[in-house]
Parts: sequence; C-alpha cells; structure tokens
Amino acid sequence: MLRVEGVCKKFQDFSLNQISFTVDQGDYFMLLGPSGAGKSLILETIAGLHKPDSGKIFFQGVDITHIGVRERNFGIVYQDYAVFPHLTVYGNIAYPLRRKGIRGKELHKQVTRFAERVSVAHLLTRHPQTLSGGEVQRTALARTLAMEPRILLLDEPLSSVDVKLRSELRSLLRSINSSGQTVIHVTHDYEETLALASHLAVVNGGCIEQVGSVQEIFQNPRSEFAAMFAGVHNFYPASIVEFSEHGLTTVRLNDIIAICCYTEGCNGEGFVCFSEESVILSTEKPHQSALNVFRGRVVEIFPQRFGLMAVVDAGFRVLSKVTWESASRFGLTPGVEVWVSFKASSVRFIPRAS
Amino acid sequence: MGGYRFSWFHIAAALLGGVVLLFIVAPILGMIISTPAKSLIETAAEQEVVRSIWLSVWVAMAATLVFALFCIPLAYLLARFDFPFKRLVLGIIDLPIVIPHSAAGIAVLGLIARDGLLGRLTSPLGIELVGSPAGIAIAMAFVSVPFLINAAREGFALVPERLEKAALSLGASPITIFFTVALPLAWRSVVSGLVMMFARGMSEFGAVVIVAYHPMVAPVLIFERFGAFGLKYAKPVAVLFIGVSLTVFIIMRLLSRNRSNHA
Repeated sequence: MLRVEGVCKKFQDFSLNQISFTVDQGDYFMLLGPSGAGKSLILETIAGLHKPDSGKIFFQGVDITHIGVRERNFGIVYQDYAVFPHLTVYGNIAYPLRRKGIRGKELHKQVTRFAERVSVAHLLTRHPQTLSGGEVQRTALARTLAMEPRILLLDEPLSSVDVKLRSELRSLLRSINSSGQTVIHVTHDYEETLALASHLAVVNGGCIEQVGSVQEIFQNPRSEFAAMFAGVHNFYPASIVEFSEHGLTTVRLNDIIAICCYTEGCNGEGFVCFSEESVILSTEKPHQSALNVFRGRVVEIFPQRFGLMAVVDAGFRVLSKVTWESASRFGLTPGVEVWVSFKASSVRFIPRAS
Repeated sequence: MGGYRFSWFHIAAALLGGVVLLFIVAPILGMIISTPAKSLIETAAEQEVVRSIWLSVWVAMAATLVFALFCIPLAYLLARFDFPFKRLVLGIIDLPIVIPHSAAGIAVLGLIARDGLLGRLTSPLGIELVGSPAGIAIAMAFVSVPFLINAAREGFALVPERLEKAALSLGASPITIFFTVALPLAWRSVVSGLVMMFARGMSEFGAVVIVAYHPMVAPVLIFERFGAFGLKYAKPVAVLFIGVSLTVFIIMRLLSRNRSNHA
C-alpha cells in the first residue's frame, strides 16, 4: 500500500539515510526509536511536509514523492495535538470538512458522527483550553479522522497522557485500526509498540535498523541497538487462562507451556516478557520459591560483553545470562540438560489493547 | 520577587525611575492644568481646529488601512521564512524610525512631486499628491509602517508553526491557513500594530509639514498657532489633540493588554 524506498533527507543538522519500508492496507505500523532518531521527520516526509532529497514514496503503486500535502490526504496527529486554540471542539472537527466544501446540516451531521466516534460529542461547544489532555487528544483524533485520511499518521500521540488515559486511548486507536484504517504511529515506548503494532521499524540515528513483525523484532533483534531498544529477549505472545484474586495469573504460551505471573487484568491476549538476568539455570531441580520451573536443554551458548548468554529449549526458547564461572562449574555446553527457573514476580504481562 | 529583599539599590533605582516618569507626565499635565476650560471650549468650537483634528484622524486611519494590506502579508512572510538578506530587509523596515522625520519628508516629497516616481504616474490622471490628503497619508505611512510590521511579525512568530502544518495536512491551502489559523491567532498583535501605526501617523509633524502645509493636520496647526500667535493660542489646540491621542493610546493599551496569544 505505502512503500518508502531509499528516502534520504537532510534537515537542519540531522539527516535521514536510506529509509525503506512497506506498510500494508489495514496495518498498524509503528516506528520505534529514541528521541532524536528521526521518526517524526520520517512521518512528516510521508505526510508531504518535507520533500526527500532522494528516494521515492509510493502509495498504491503510484509515485507520490512530489505530490503536495493536500493531494496525499494523509492525516497527521501531533504529540502536542496541534488543535486550533481559537476554535471550539466543533470548529476543530469541522475544519477539514469545511475545506471539502461541506456546509449546513451535512456538516453538523458529520461533525457529530466523528465526535461520537471518539466520545467528545458532549464537548462540542468547548474550547481546547478548557479540556483535559485526553479530551484534547480525542478532539485532535476526531479532526484528523474527519478528513477520512488514506493513512493515519500519529506522532507520539500517547506520550503526554497519564497511564489510565493511555490505556483508554490505546483501545480507541486499536478500534480505529480494526475498522480498516491504516495507521503509522511513531513512539519511543516499546510497551506501546507491543500493545498496538502489527509491524514495526526500529529507527536509530536517521536509519532503519530493522523492519518486521513485533515478534520477529522482539525475539530476534538484528542489531545491538534493536536488542537494547526492544529491551528483552524472553518475549512471547500469551493469553491468560487463569486469574486468582491476588493477581497471580497463569498464562499460556502454547498448548503445553503455562507460566505464572502477576497481572492487573483477568482476561485477554498479550505478551509476557522477563529479563535474561532473572532466569536461573541449574543442573538439579531447584527447591526454591520460584513458581516457573521447566526442564530444558542448552541449544546455544555465546559470549556477551559481560558473561555468557545461554539459549535453552524448554518447550519454548529461553535466554539466560550466566557468568563464565557458572558456565564452567555446571558444564553448560550445547546439549546439556538443565532446569530453568524464574519467579512469577519477574514476569511482566503486557495486554494487547482491545 | 518572593523572598527577594528590597535593597538600597532598588530604592535608588525606583527614585531614578520616578524622575523619568515625572519628566514625561509633568509637562503634559502642566499644560493641561494651565489651559483654562473656557479657552478649550472656544477652541473646540473653531471650525479650523475641528477640521484639522478630523483630517489628522481620518487620513491616519486611511493610511493605516491601505498600508495594512501590504504590511501584514510582509510581516507574515518575515515571521515564517528565512531567506537570504533577511536581516537587510528587517533593517530597511526600521529605517524610517532612525532617520530624521524632516529628512523623511524630503524623501517622500521627492517621490510624490510632479517629477517624482509616483507623481509622474498620478499627474496625468489629474491627481496632485503634494498638498493633498493622499500626500499626507503617504508621509504618515512612511514614518509609521515599521510599528505595524514589527508588531504583526512578532504576533505571527508566536503562532506555533505546527498548527499551520496540521491545517495544511487537513486540506487547507496556504491562503486559507493565513486567514483561518495565523491571522485569528495573531490578531491581538496585529491590532496593536495597527493602532500604533495609526497613532504614530496621526501625530506626525516633521514629514507631513514638508509634504503638505495645507490642508493642515493638527500637529501643523499647533505649530502654526505657536509661530503666528504664541503659546497662549497654541496650547488649547495642543491639549485637545493630546486628548484625542490619549484616547487612542488607551484603546491601544486595552487591546494589547494581553499580547500573549491563545497558542
């Protein structure tokens, strides 16, 4: 649907180098990277606000590199929302509709429809200065949706809202995407990526480090930066199967493997992750408080900057960080059978936005 | 200044500042107080005085509105874009403030006289600019455009560019963005600039007197009465005109009280 091919762009003291990726129809594509990586510049270049110095952008097979912003019809929502402070919520949502020549009853009908979609219909007469952060964000979304964009471009839309609101907005974005809207979303938050993305590109220093599905990137980061940014290697799609009132939950990774962790919600799909440092390997069955104990076999062991990384097949692929001393003491070499254990409290469950 | 102690230095600074305030207020107040109400009423009834004050007001208003059409778009461009020799352009805009106004009047006269660049265009149409309200308007505008351009430029610069980018992506054309986003958000500064330009133009003497002694604007009338009849006859006209100018000034301060825009 959208193909970015070898885009280079110099902007002030920063430059984008050979940016290439493809976004499919209905995809929720995320650009993940630290501040200053060039994510927003990529987004604005796709929107047509900057012309690439070289490279091309195709939309549905048509070269749109030199097509103007208005002709592209890609809606952009900024981190600071960029709602017009001199207009009411109604005036903001009506803005793109008026540009299309919609007036009178039809305008009112459409403004109401988009306002209802993001739950701001009761705020139509209010000015942005009198709204909460979440309400302003919803207004910005409704305004952009009202132009019925071919692609919805989101520039860190959740970074200025509190945790509770973030979860609500994630659900809203997920529902917008579920209705068929293609989304490209810029973020520096890997949790947000897990909650929303179907595919992502890891961006660093004006370059794309890796493009792929969430699972591909989080399980097999191809560069040190992608690995560092993805945060964890022990990362699995999971679904909650049993929830106790203390929050201790059993999640299932596949038909055989179930692991224990603490969660806030009691049902749903998501991802579990835990750090390599929290996984303990032993040659005898451990008698500790850890609730997650599995039998496995070392399949690979390789040196790291500090110590070694052991890859164990325990019905699922687990990575554990060990010292050179431990590896030598327990004879950790490929093929050796080991016990893998980690505490339920070290496991995080990140629910997919519903 | 919570917790910041008031020292002797601050008291000295306040006293020195007080002298400046007194320096501004005392002559004006002294003139107003020393002018009998009777002579003020008599002067206000004089056709010549009313005519000159009215001429000053409407010509300054017309000059402001006509030149606003040129100045406001320029201010917007200066706030939004960087281009080669921008500093030179900004310097040119401030030029009328630094040159003597009588010299400005001579320069304007050179432009609008029959053999001047503009005069050559208007003379064949039977329009004489020298000694006409149009000539006065040009002289007023020459010395007062920097006030409008600079105030409007500051106002436009305060409008976040991101709002305009958002409007562009929402399907607005550059001209629509100017009228629906930039101008509504910078209006306080623009209005403040318009009022400053109007007030400065209305009170202009140096440039106007060279371009048109007649018809007589109020500042020229004050000068003429002072020269021909002395202080006693010039004062009531001056006080009346100061009254009009102060009214404009107060309106200006009220409008520009909150220069911070919504954005």
